[in-house]
Formats: sequence, structure tokens, C-alpha cells
Amino acid sequence: MSYINPKLDLVRRSATSDAEPALTAENQVAKLIDISKCIGCKACQVACMEWNELRQEPEEVVGVYDNPADLNPNTWTLMRFTEYENPQDDRLEWLIRKDGCMHCTDPGCLKACPAPGAIVQYSNGIVDFNSDACIGCGYCVKGCPFNIPRISQADNKAYKCTLCSDRVAEGMGPACAKACPTKAISFGSKTDMIALANERVEDLKERGYAKAGLYDPPGVNGTHVMYVLHHADKPSLYAGLPDAPRISPIVETWKGVTKYAGMLAISAAAVVGLGHYFMAGPNEVSDHDEDEARKLKEGRDV
Amino acid sequence: MSEKTYVKRYSALARANHWVTAISLVLLALSGMALFHPSLYFLTGLFGGGANVREFHPWIGLVLAISFLGLFVRFWKLNLWERNDNVWLARLRSVLAGREEDLPEMGKYNAGQKMVFWLMSILIIALFFSGVVLWDAKHEWMATTLGLTFTIEQSRIAVLVHAIAAVIAIVVWIVHVYAAIWVKGTLSAMVKGEVTGGWGWRHHRRWLREEVGKTAKGNPPAE
Repeated sequence: MSYINPKLDLVRRSATSDAEPALTAENQVAKLIDISKCIGCKACQVACMEWNELRQEPEEVVGVYDNPADLNPNTWTLMRFTEYENPQDDRLEWLIRKDGCMHCTDPGCLKACPAPGAIVQYSNGIVDFNSDACIGCGYCVKGCPFNIPRISQADNKAYKCTLCSDRVAEGMGPACAKACPTKAISFGSKTDMIALANERVEDLKERGYAKAGLYDPPGVNGTHVMYVLHHADKPSLYAGLPDAPRISPIVETWKGVTKYAGMLAISAAAVVGLGHYFMAGPNEVSDHDEDEARKLKEGRDV
Repeated sequence: MSEKTYVKRYSALARANHWVTAISLVLLALSGMALFHPSLYFLTGLFGGGANVREFHPWIGLVLAISFLGLFVRFWKLNLWERNDNVWLARLRSVLAGREEDLPEMGKYNAGQKMVFWLMSILIIALFFSGVVLWDAKHEWMATTLGLTFTIEQSRIAVLVHAIAAVIAIVVWIVHVYAAIWVKGTLSAMVKGEVTGGWGWRHHRRWLREEVGKTAKGNPPAE
């Protein structure tokens, strides 16, 4: 099991232009969340709070099972409950999705981050936030295609699931996977998790879920948190899981062409100015100009 | 050597207003560029680190917005476009060569200065409103007191608009500062408040005629 001996070498680092070694397939880890096995007990939520020492103030009940109502700086994973009336057999399906960071292979948060080293990607695929370097600008929130990072009002830093990178570094699985009573959450090498998912998808298909499948979206080059969905053709049924997530083209434009064209335009303006000064020379007032002005003034003053 | 005459161009208040705007603009450019490109992140050191940049930048932006509004109210009338401005623009080659005898007599501002004025006005409006969307630390306050909330998609658009507008504003700023350095005798207008008569005769002859006319009638000079 390759994840037992993970390497915490960085393969990506925010706001850093140096070349980075590529992710290697061998040591990549993944968490597989099998939604068809989830009973919505929230043990994963509790385990996450426990391990990461997070305590969210209790909120008002808003009339649904989701509690708290949304992810926040102290809630890095959240069960989202959807009541879906399947039009095919007129049955009510309770779709429960454990929401949290997907640990994209192509992470939008990292691409958007301006602070060197505040967001890193380890060679095992985990995307992690470094609070020491984080400046709380909220760019990661704009970069993320899954609406995951949250900025804390207390310390102005961004927070999200770390995939328990500290536990994984010691050869353990994430706290949520350990706490899950139905084994809906599995953790291992990405290859193993895909194999496991394929077995589950087969099983679901045999049981009548013809559209069952694995959610490992190619728009972000795959993720290191994957779902087994009974309705893989309609991910958005599951509390708005993006059907085809990718880094927003606006973010790509901002962090791509704008950055380079902008630097070029500013440098060019300075160079053109300097060049003009040397070519045309200073624009100076002549004695003749001063004389004319004095004549004008005296003429009127009289 | 001919004896120089002097003409008042800016009142002390106008100059103070200009320099508050100028200082905030430079601080905004430095702190903004620090987060714009990783190679410029070292600029955060000027502010005591990235977290400070994040905290200070919007407040400085607020100062600039209010201060620039003052400049706008002060100068917008003088920057209205006139027919002669088209002639000036058409003869840009003469402008850049410093052959001002080929140009029509200019009022207080020439077409280039007017373009700087209007571009900056538009860009600062764009920067202000996109900046409000990006001011995450005040979102809770905006939501409760102003009822303003923003979607992530809106904030993505805002961050792109903010970056592009800022780049253009910095280029316009370079043009503005360069013109003041290239055209000798200009800086004293914003430092001492006055220019030599010769400067007025050479660059803004119609304005000089008007000013001389006013003093002759005993009116106080315009700011």
C-alpha cells in the first residue's frame, strides 16, 4: 500500500514560478466517498472537529438536517442532505453528500493564491493551506470551483479540509474515514480507490442504478477526493455538486494573460518614457517664452 | 537673462488634495502589485507583510476615492473637451517633438492632460466598485447594514476588472508623471503652486492670457 509511506515533497507551491516536479502516479492518495453507503450519521463531521480541534458555535436550525448550514472556518466537512424525487419510479431518494475539499490535481485555489507557499500540493496529491504564509486575501475562494475555502473572521486566514495530511504523513488514513461506521469513506492509493469504486459501481448497476458511476472530474485533472454516485449522470442532484468543474475561465484569464500582459504594459510604458526622454530631450521653456510672457503681462498691467 | 514672471496655477488646498491622492495612488500601486505577480511579492515588506497589505490596501483605496472625488469636483469643468483638443491630438507628432508652435493655444489643460483626467476618473470608479466586491473583511458589515451580498462569480469578475483597471491606471500614471518630468517647470505648479510666465506662454497660452486678463481687472486668480 503506497500511501503507508507517503512523501510530503511539494509538487506545487502558490505564487511560485520555479519549475516543480510532476505528480507521480505511484504515491498518489485518494479518499473515496461512497454516497450509496452513507447513512448521514455525521460521525465524519465529529471526527474532523475532534482531530483538527475545531469547535463551531452552535447555530440556529434552519429547517433541514444540514448542521451547520454551510461550511465555515471551523467546519471543514459537512453532510449535505438532498431530498430527490426520482421521476422514473416516483420514489423519494435521500441523497447525502459529505462536502469538503476535493483536493484537485489542478487546484484553482493554488492557482489564484498570491502568497508564496500559502497553498501547496504534496507529491501524494494533497492540497494544503499553510496558515503561516496565508494573508487572508480570499483569492482561493475565487479560484475554487467547488466553493470550499472559508476565511476566518478571527484570524483572517483561509481554512479547509487538509485530508488529514498530518495523519497521512504518519501512514494513517484521515479521521473521517476512520470514524465512518458504514465504510462509506475509504482511503488509500488513488489506483486502489478507483478499483474499489469500479466494484461498487458494478454492484450498484446490478441493483438497478444504471447511471451509477465514479466522480473524478477531468476538468480539474481528477481529484483526490472522489465520490461513488448512484446518479453519476447528474452530479448536481447532490446538493449542487458541479457537473463539470474546472477553474473558471475568468480566474484563468486573471492569473494568465492579464498577469503577463499587465507586467509587460507597465514595463513598456516606463521604457517608452525613458526612450522618449533620450530621443526628444527635455521640453524646456526658452528665454524668448519668458520675454513674451513678461510683455503680455506688462502690456495688460499698464 | 530675461527676468522671469510668475503665474499662480494651484491653490494650497488644490495642491494638498493632489498630493493626498498621489501618495495614496502610489501606496495602492505598490501594495496592489505586490499581490499581482509573485516576483513583486517582496513589496509586501514595505507594509510589514502580506497580511498588512491585505488589511491596508482597501482603506487606502477609500482615501483615494474620496480624495480623487475632490479633484474631480475641482477640475472637471476645465477638462471638458473642446474642438482645439482634436487639433492637438491630430498633431501628436509635434507634441512629442516639443514643437508647440505648431499647436493651437491651449487653455489650462491640453488634450493629453484631459485624457489623463477622464481615464483616471473612469478607472477609479471601476477600481472602487470592484474593490468593494473584493473587500471580504467588510462583507458581513455590507450585508447587515447595506444589504449588499456578492456571489463568487461576481467576485471573480471583480478581481479581473480590478486587475485590468489597475494596470491601465498605472500606465496612465506613468504618462502623467513622465509628462511632468519631461515638460520642465511643470512640477513647480504642484509644489509651489505657481509657474513661470514663460511656461504658461509656451504650453498654455490661452490660459495665460485669461489669467493676465483677470489680474488686470483686479480679480483673484483662479485656483
